[in-house]
Amino acid sequence: MKKKTWVIVSVLGILLGLLGVSGLVVSDDDDEHEGRSLWRQSQLDVAPVENAFYNEECGSCHFPYQPGFLPTRSWQRMIAGLEDHFGENAELDAVDAQQLKVYLMENAADTSNYKRSQGIMRSLSKKDIPLRISTTRYFKRKHHELPERMVKNNPKVRSFSNCELCHAQAAQGSYNEHQVKVPGYAGWDD
Amino acid sequence: MITRIGMIAAVSLIVPLVSLAAVVDEQQATYRASGAGPFNAKIGEQLWQQNVMNAKDGRPRSCTTCHGRDLRSMGKHAKTGKAIKPLSPAVNAERLTSAKNIRKWFKRNCKWTWGRECTPQEKGDLLSFIQQQ
Repeated sequence: MKKKTWVIVSVLGILLGLLGVSGLVVSDDDDEHEGRSLWRQSQLDVAPVENAFYNEECGSCHFPYQPGFLPTRSWQRMIAGLEDHFGENAELDAVDAQQLKVYLMENAADTSNYKRSQGIMRSLSKKDIPLRISTTRYFKRKHHELPERMVKNNPKVRSFSNCELCHAQAAQGSYNEHQVKVPGYAGWDD
Repeated sequence: MITRIGMIAAVSLIVPLVSLAAVVDEQQATYRASGAGPFNAKIGEQLWQQNVMNAKDGRPRSCTTCHGRDLRSMGKHAKTGKAIKPLSPAVNAERLTSAKNIRKWFKRNCKWTWGRECTPQEKGDLLSFIQQQ
């Protein structure tokens, strides 16, 4: 009887151990472990926008998200649906829309070596066509520790879409977690 | 010599005003070509404040929702909260200087605010109003 209990306990223990190890492997994706190779460490998180037309056309209403945060197929769908752009009308004439589409597609996440772009691509299945960066699994994993009171219910932030409010260097393509400052939460650290 | 410098100074002051007026005139001429006119800034002001209930969110929308009542002040994007520079050409020299921008924003904003495109008459009245602010 005693022997049987021991066997069950050890089997359970081994199983739990295996689960623990696999859990570690799955979550082994934090900043400290990412980009171990030097050439990637020396880069920014995502390629900064160097296109004045994109900054003007898209940045006049919202933070001009770097194209490297979504795959080509997402940008294609985005440009095709500008008349209902998350509930807003963002229609452009065909020539301007085409110009933006070319820029977005040439700089999309699946064409980029930057670590956040690669992280986002790894977190998507081939069928996923996300239109919001904040719905990608990669984004969610990177922000999961933030309670609603700090973002959604924080009147100084209101939404995950306002990157630059917490990531002061966002426009330069830097999203380093050690530089994050959530408005109204000075000194907070995860 | 002094009068010549004075002339140059006067002309350089007038030039931006002329280009703004030229752009507005050109737009209003295209509206007239489709049967609209004459245009009236007072009516434009009423249109500016006219509320239309939005079918989707059940709340009233007007130009003032984002731009405010005072066109000389900053506005704020209703959804993103992003600051919108004043629409008044008197405090923001960039306003009404690009026909392309006028067309683009009338199209987007009339649809968002009133759920339809503005008529040439409405656009002409609104331009006359904005121009005077």
